[in-house]
Amino acid sequence: MSAIASVSPAATEGLAAFDDDVPRPARLLGAAGLAWLGVAAVVLVWPDAQEVARTDLLGTLAAVLGGVLLLSWALGWIVPAVARLGHRAPWLCVLAVALAAWETVTAKLDLLPLPFFASPQAFLEVYTDDYPRLLDCLYHSVVLLAKGYLLGAAVGFASGVALGWSTRIGYWVHPVLRLIGPLPATAWIPLAFFVFPSSASASVFLIALATWFPTTVLTWSGVASVQTAYYDVARTLGAGPRFLVLKVAIPAALPHVFVGLFMGLGSSFAVLVVAEMLGVKSGLGWYLQWSQGWAAYANMYADLFIMALMCSTLITLLFRLRDRMLAWQKGLVQW
Amino acid sequence: MVSAALDLAPEAGTGSVAAGATLQIQGISHGFVLQNEILPVLHDITLRADPGEFVALLGASGCGKSTLLRLCAGLDRPRRGRLQMDGVEITRPHPSRVIMFQDPTLFPWRTVWDNAALGLEARGELRHGRSRVDEVLSLVGLGNFGRAYPHQLSGGMAQRASLARALVNDPRLLLLDEPLGKLDSLTRLTMQGELTRLWQQRGFTVLMVTHDVEEALLMAQRVIVFSERPACIRADLQVGLPFPRRRDDPELLRLRHEALGLLGLEAIW
Ligand SMILES: Nc1ncnc2c1ncn2[C@@H]1O[C@H](COP(=O)(O)OP(=O)(O)O)[C@@H](O)[C@H]1O
Ligand SMILES: [Mg+2]
Repeated sequence: MSAIASVSPAATEGLAAFDDDVPRPARLLGAAGLAWLGVAAVVLVWPDAQEVARTDLLGTLAAVLGGVLLLSWALGWIVPAVARLGHRAPWLCVLAVALAAWETVTAKLDLLPLPFFASPQAFLEVYTDDYPRLLDCLYHSVVLLAKGYLLGAAVGFASGVALGWSTRIGYWVHPVLRLIGPLPATAWIPLAFFVFPSSASASVFLIALATWFPTTVLTWSGVASVQTAYYDVARTLGAGPRFLVLKVAIPAALPHVFVGLFMGLGSSFAVLVVAEMLGVKSGLGWYLQWSQGWAAYANMYADLFIMALMCSTLITLLFRLRDRMLAWQKGLVQW
Repeated sequence: MVSAALDLAPEAGTGSVAAGATLQIQGISHGFVLQNEILPVLHDITLRADPGEFVALLGASGCGKSTLLRLCAGLDRPRRGRLQMDGVEITRPHPSRVIMFQDPTLFPWRTVWDNAALGLEARGELRHGRSRVDEVLSLVGLGNFGRAYPHQLSGGMAQRASLARALVNDPRLLLLDEPLGKLDSLTRLTMQGELTRLWQQRGFTVLMVTHDVEEALLMAQRVIVFSERPACIRADLQVGLPFPRRRDDPELLRLRHEALGLLGLEAIW
């Protein structure tokens, strides 16, 4: 208490000044708005050299974005929260320039060879015309991934805890883990599609396998590296084996477990795409293959973009979960 | 801070205040296997602590004090000899004899409150013991820090939380392994006084390991001086001074001289 009271007035003023600094509308936000209006002008006014549809839609979208940005810049003078958008302004400016350049060399001047380099309009057209199929593919990919990942993570967690806790289980599981684990899950593809009744169940198995290995190894090492002092403390206070596993070993190992889950998620993405390209007749991976077969490169790029969004979102969700469950740790990496 | 909570009355069924246990250590010898050889650590230790007695164990670093404490807690079994609490053989850990380590060893994923409640939760008694946790936390001066996580505490506060975690179980024998060893000297002085007062109020038996001669003489009724490893008992000093003790008491200075001599450090004094 006394320590706080004795802080000098000057120091308190300094803090207040620090507080004031943030909410001032960034001038760059206004510039970004103008830039996007410029993009709209380029798109709408300059006649297309390539034969493309959706020029009007693209121009309208750019104009709307520009208008919204200008409006938020103006609103920032009144509502401080809006002014915080300012830190996105540099990115928005760069994107406007990049889009204008892309539009110029494709649709407007027709400088780049056509099937490989699609114009922004063509990109947009994929979403407006083929969105039912893309949504369907996204849905199937997410469902397949969720089934395989959750199965692999659950089994991996359980086997990791068992390995770290019980030497008898370790005796049997450890050699299997050492032999099978490092083999990439994709190596099982020919066998899995042959053995399993459907390509969907084979894919679930493969994704689960890819998730299982890193989850197991890291859970195991997490449980094995718990300080014995924690067990000593719990035992002197009357804890039984159940408490030692559930309330000591597992919480202590959680930071490792999340590293395993993160690595498992990465390898599950890889297996998902390969499995969809080779066997499953739906999903974003299949769409990639399919559009390449038709030399529909715009569709491919549109699909890749959705895939990137999906993977990034899932990783973000995992990190959110980790931040919630490991709130007791300090200095977590922000994703 | 302790006096504010002097009226920590025993609740029905949670033990009683004058509840010190008798500890009997009879002919204990112990050692560890290191590279196919046995490293002898304790040699024929016989010691008795009466109910409510405060005994300090003093010895050079590495002589085997922590080992003896772990044996008393029932965490390890001695190679030779017998350990009894109130005439019952000590074969495994039990919440009536709680050990407090030099490091607070709080569980970092639990709040201070949940750490203090650990023993009750482990034994399934938490539902009836919530108020008990609150009481003990305010007794050690952490009443307002129940929701903090261990990494948010200072060293002294962490050690208090560790003390609370022990006291919640109403131990009859408190085993302290250099509990103040890592604290800064001011916090250390405060906590020496607090621990002594707590022991006087609650009446448990205390076995405290320390390498600080003055600390032993200020807090304990008896000071056992160990030899170098393998440790055997070199002296059993009675400290008859009343509490609270003064650091410059001539009798205390005389005992300090004697203890340092027994540890082979006369020349320094
Ligand atoms: N678990 C163990 N395994 C092997 N040696 C040990 C073990 N615990 C303690 N020792 C050895 O026993 C001796 C006494 O240790 P300890 O009781 O911790 O000493 P201190 O008196 O400093 O508390 C030391 O030499 C230490 O190396
Ligand atoms: Mg020690």
